[in-house]
Amino acid sequence: MPAPLLQLIDVKTHFPVERGLIFRRRIGTVRAVDGVSLTLNPGEIVGLVGESGCGKSTLGRTILQLVRPTEGSIILGGRNLAGLNGRDLRKTRADVQMIFQDPYASLNPRMTVFDVLAEALLTHRCIPKSELYSRVSELMAKVGLSPKALRKYPHEFSGGQRQRIAIARALAVEPKLIVADEPVSALDVSIQAQIINLLGKLSREMGLTLIFISHDLSVVKHISDRIAVMYLGRIVELGPATQVIERPLHPYTKSLVSAVPIPDPTRRRERIVLSGDPPSPLNPPGGCPFHPRCPWAIADCAKIVPQLEKFDSAQEAACIRMKELNGPAASS
Amino acid sequence: MPLAAEVPNLTPSDEIVPDKGTSLWLDAWHRLARNKLAVASAVFLFLLAIACFIGPMVVKNTYYAQNLELGPTPPSASHWLGTDKLGRDQFARLLIGGRVSLMVALCATFVSLTIGVFWGAIAGFVGGKLDGIMMRIVDILYSLPFTIFVILLMVFFRDLEAQFRWLDRFGIPFNLLLLFGAIGVVEWLTMARIVRGQVMSLRKQEFIEAAQALGLRRRRIIFRHMIPNILGPIIVYTTLTIPAVMLLEAFLSFLGLGVQPPMSSWGLLIKEGAEVMEEYPWLLLYPGAALAATLFALNFLGDGLRDALDVRASKD
Repeated sequence: MPAPLLQLIDVKTHFPVERGLIFRRRIGTVRAVDGVSLTLNPGEIVGLVGESGCGKSTLGRTILQLVRPTEGSIILGGRNLAGLNGRDLRKTRADVQMIFQDPYASLNPRMTVFDVLAEALLTHRCIPKSELYSRVSELMAKVGLSPKALRKYPHEFSGGQRQRIAIARALAVEPKLIVADEPVSALDVSIQAQIINLLGKLSREMGLTLIFISHDLSVVKHISDRIAVMYLGRIVELGPATQVIERPLHPYTKSLVSAVPIPDPTRRRERIVLSGDPPSPLNPPGGCPFHPRCPWAIADCAKIVPQLEKFDSAQEAACIRMKELNGPAASS
Repeated sequence: MPLAAEVPNLTPSDEIVPDKGTSLWLDAWHRLARNKLAVASAVFLFLLAIACFIGPMVVKNTYYAQNLELGPTPPSASHWLGTDKLGRDQFARLLIGGRVSLMVALCATFVSLTIGVFWGAIAGFVGGKLDGIMMRIVDILYSLPFTIFVILLMVFFRDLEAQFRWLDRFGIPFNLLLLFGAIGVVEWLTMARIVRGQVMSLRKQEFIEAAQALGLRRRRIIFRHMIPNILGPIIVYTTLTIPAVMLLEAFLSFLGLGVQPPMSSWGLLIKEGAEVMEEYPWLLLYPGAALAATLFALNFLGDGLRDALDVRASKD
């Protein structure tokens, strides 16, 4: 086993909800991320899935320290990012980069592509002026853009091209980890595949570790080595991508998988339709956060908070009825 | 120009000359140069400034020479724009008044612009407690009657006059400089609020988060990423500040706090002219026209600048 690249230990990101003009008092807490532990190995692509509002984007932003965690450690290369401040934090920022969802908002409209990339290149290193142009062109070529377009402004590019520029910017600082926050959901279906393949190719070639956040299971399955399923700020299932899709353990994952359309009208499968909306993270239900919507819920589900437990050597889920519902573990 | 985005066999060694590159400012300059109205306005303002600063030394009538026997006369060959009640040449007074008014516009607006943009950008970007404190200061200053504030400032700093005697040699009396500063210091409040609001809405934009994630310094994020993106509102509000500042100067001069006779300003000339507009309309007409033309030109130029700085405007 190689040393892990990133370790999240019981990370919690809570947002206070306050009222009052002068004497602000706390009237509640949004538990956007509520105790996530996850270990990433170098070179691995982990897909993070879950419905809107389950905290997957907040988790990504917490890893980047764009949002500071309330509790827990985020250990990258032996340093706890959560404990860093000021100068130290700025220096380590190059290790983790993010690709944002909206390529129209993630590039400064008043900077040319050259300026955007040159700024990223120069932030943590000194590059002689004579080399700068070739380094920027190299980056452009890496993401499949022509250096001819270097002097253009972001508004002169299509969504897919902008996302390529955003990827180039993230690569410019040579990060160890990239968090891609729904990098394709704002793009045309025809462009999505190109960007996903580009990300997959780059991470293979450069040995990049990638956290791929999405709500689209089929996309995640395609690119990821492992999948983590989030529900209401917690990871409820974790395992190798194909295994999670083919044999989901957690009832929530089962319902997600059953909702993925099959491009074959003659095949049918049982659809697990969830009733109700996801509960508010401001006031999560006691016990298993999923029990109000779970078709297999029993009385105990409202009392016991399930922890992630191994089902077999690779796959784990947080459900007290996991063994009962899924039969004995395949001994492998 | 097709982008070779989907062409995979591109290597950086290919000899590719990038499309003619321009910086934001050079680009903006080219766009501004195409805007005829803005260029004409800029030329007008430039000529006006030259006339006001050199004119009083060149024209044969001085702004202070009185001719009580002559009294107010309509425009004539010897007095192009007529004379006022004391028989002073109105053309010379208009030029010297323009000098004061343009300097007020320039200096006081510069002071208010600088303080306002810095204050607002810092408060909006840092947020939290600092934002609260900074904006409460703005609120408190807002609630003070600004005339009292200006009077306090001017009285308080008047003691320093002796140290600034050397300024007189350049034709800039210290109390005038004080006036500019005092006006600027009370006029920055709205600018600070506007900039703060804009910065707060920008702060949540993903490109700002990306800049933070890169590890850029706050200073660089504010100056490279935020301020260029709020130049539009800043410029528009600046063009609104200039007339406000000119009128404030006239008001303070009227109270005896600003420029003193025989020195004058457009604001003062208009004020004096308005009192006698039925008998001697030219005393109101020409200073009024000068002020109006200047404000028009400033607005056209401001509009042109705002459009020129918007890179999203089509390139051709």
